[in-house]
Amino acid sequence: MSGLSIQNLSMRFDLPNGSSVQALKDVSLDLAQGELLSVLGPSGCGKTTLLNIVAGFLAPTDGKIILNGHEVRGPAAERGMVFQQGALFEWMNVRDNVSFGPRMAGKREKDYGANVDHLLEVVGLRDFKEKAVYELSGGMQQRVALARCLANDPDVILMDEPLGALDALTREKMQSLVLKLWKETGKTIILITHSVEEALLLGERLLVMAPRPGRIHREYRLPFADLGAGQDLRAVKKHPDFATTREEILGMIWDMEEEIMGRSETAGAAS
Amino acid sequence: MIVFALYIAIFVVSWLLVKLLVHRALNDFTARKTVTFGDESAVRPSRIASVVSILTIFLLWGAFTGSTWVPKFLHAPGPFVGDASFTYTAEADGVEPDEATVTVRVFPVGEETEDPEVDPGDGWAKNDSASVGAWRSGLVRVDQNDDHGRDAGHRVVAVNGQPIEPGGEVITEYGRVGMSPKGTLNFEPAKGWQMEPIWLPAPEAVLSRLVEISRDGYRDSTLWEHLGWSLFRVIAGFFFGALIGIPLGYAMGLSDWFRGWFDPIVEFMRPVPPLALIPLVIIWAGIGEAGKIILLFLAALWIMAIAARSGVSGVKISKVHAAYSLGASKVQILRHVIIPNSLPDIFTGARVAMGVCWGTVVAAELVAAEKGAGMMIMVASKFQLTDIVIMGIILIGVIGFGIDMLMRLAERKLVPWKGRG
Repeated sequence: MSGLSIQNLSMRFDLPNGSSVQALKDVSLDLAQGELLSVLGPSGCGKTTLLNIVAGFLAPTDGKIILNGHEVRGPAAERGMVFQQGALFEWMNVRDNVSFGPRMAGKREKDYGANVDHLLEVVGLRDFKEKAVYELSGGMQQRVALARCLANDPDVILMDEPLGALDALTREKMQSLVLKLWKETGKTIILITHSVEEALLLGERLLVMAPRPGRIHREYRLPFADLGAGQDLRAVKKHPDFATTREEILGMIWDMEEEIMGRSETAGAAS
Repeated sequence: MIVFALYIAIFVVSWLLVKLLVHRALNDFTARKTVTFGDESAVRPSRIASVVSILTIFLLWGAFTGSTWVPKFLHAPGPFVGDASFTYTAEADGVEPDEATVTVRVFPVGEETEDPEVDPGDGWAKNDSASVGAWRSGLVRVDQNDDHGRDAGHRVVAVNGQPIEPGGEVITEYGRVGMSPKGTLNFEPAKGWQMEPIWLPAPEAVLSRLVEISRDGYRDSTLWEHLGWSLFRVIAGFFFGALIGIPLGYAMGLSDWFRGWFDPIVEFMRPVPPLALIPLVIIWAGIGEAGKIILLFLAALWIMAIAARSGVSGVKISKVHAAYSLGASKVQILRHVIIPNSLPDIFTGARVAMGVCWGTVVAAELVAAEKGAGMMIMVASKFQLTDIVIMGIILIGVIGFGIDMLMRLAERKLVPWKGRG
């Protein structure tokens, strides 16, 4: 079976003081090849833990992840990752960063060179190939990170708040770029974000998670990612359903946050 | 104290003068900042102050050593040189007290001289002559040529008319006349404010000594051999220290077992100053090259191990995760992520280690060596050759500074991404 399957995933951390935190509880999800899933939720709902388990950086206490029929047991090239802060290698220039995956796989320049140059062109960094990455702006660094991930041709791309550190304008441009790349490459993408708007714009499917224990609260299937691939993102935002869904999800997250706050307040009053 | 007061005076006066006279029309960003007190980045070293500071040091050095580099009128009063004289009044049994003059020729030490010719004069106390080197003192046996000697109860009761007794003193315009407990006069010509060359030689004396030693060598080795040996020891010790220390640091940063095994050793050895190891190293390895290189190896080892370890722990976990997600193996991650990421830390460690090694080698050579910068100044100090000592100290400082500059240059060239991840 092709695609990504998350089966009954649970994650519990033991704390030094003897208590434990249930970061994830019984999360199940199937993702077909080429789907774009965005994950939203208040802080502490386990979204990053979920992503780290899918990436293979953490082993779950229960459940498993199946990708293309194999169980995930550690990080691998089939699951590319884009981090909030680029995580670029500043001792390499832009092009060497992008070609890192193919080079590590032992490929030759003549095999990967054309693809790397093409990707740099796609992300708009053709003229910056030889630059040091620390000379680039935050937005450009994220473009390098995207290109580096794509150059490795992974089956799934995992994005951990990839646009969180960018300013609003750059962010909008990057959202279009992510949509464009998604449509062009047909990759399966899981994107974690704090921004409801971004989750709506980019997510073909949208997962709202709830905290304590981290679990799936609600799932949406949305038309906006498809719309956005064809037209201006600003026009998509004017869609009547867009505003309604946004308000609905915002209300949901507000309620969760209130509940957390209220709980800690009563806990504080009791002690 | 005088020197210190002068130094502070020059500091303050030149500051005020520059404030009054120099108005630079700067228009760069920093110059437009109104808040400079508290904004460290707005404090830029005043180049004028740096130049004046260095000039002041040489000025004071020259003025208080009578240097030819400093105009005469700026010299601090020097020691008295020339013919000094004082009178003494002597008593003897059964005769009237009589007065006579002592003429003392004060000559610069190192020059040939002879006692001044004097007329014996009238009376039973005869005029005397003597010679004393500048900054020195000399006994004047005034009774020797007098008609009534000590066996006749000869005793001096006054100098220049002022009464004096054994253990006392009289200050004359040419210097101090003291009397020993046994009644012998002792003349100490006025020393002035200048330093005697055996305490502090003039700058030109240090320079000419540098020229002489770089031409003729010192203690059977040329100057370059002395400095070269010191440098060689530093580089050899540092090389072996880095060779073992860096892999050790990496292992400590990457493996539980290595970390646990070596942590107590490294944490214990780190605060032990390398100088404290000198006696043990001499006992074990002797005073030859092996001992010195072992000492410097030990000095560099812990610094490099700790630098490499912190270089490994300084790698952002997201970079390692990214590399794994891009399919890199452990060896590839070590080679392409961990090592380059730790280079800035290793360079910082190397700069510290080189500085410590340079200090340690000089100290080790002070203790025992046949060649080396430290040995040179140690041997010179035993012969009171202060000019060589000062020359050596300046050369050691210049080389230490040069090493640091070279390391900084290499750092800029080799790890331009330092502090920019």
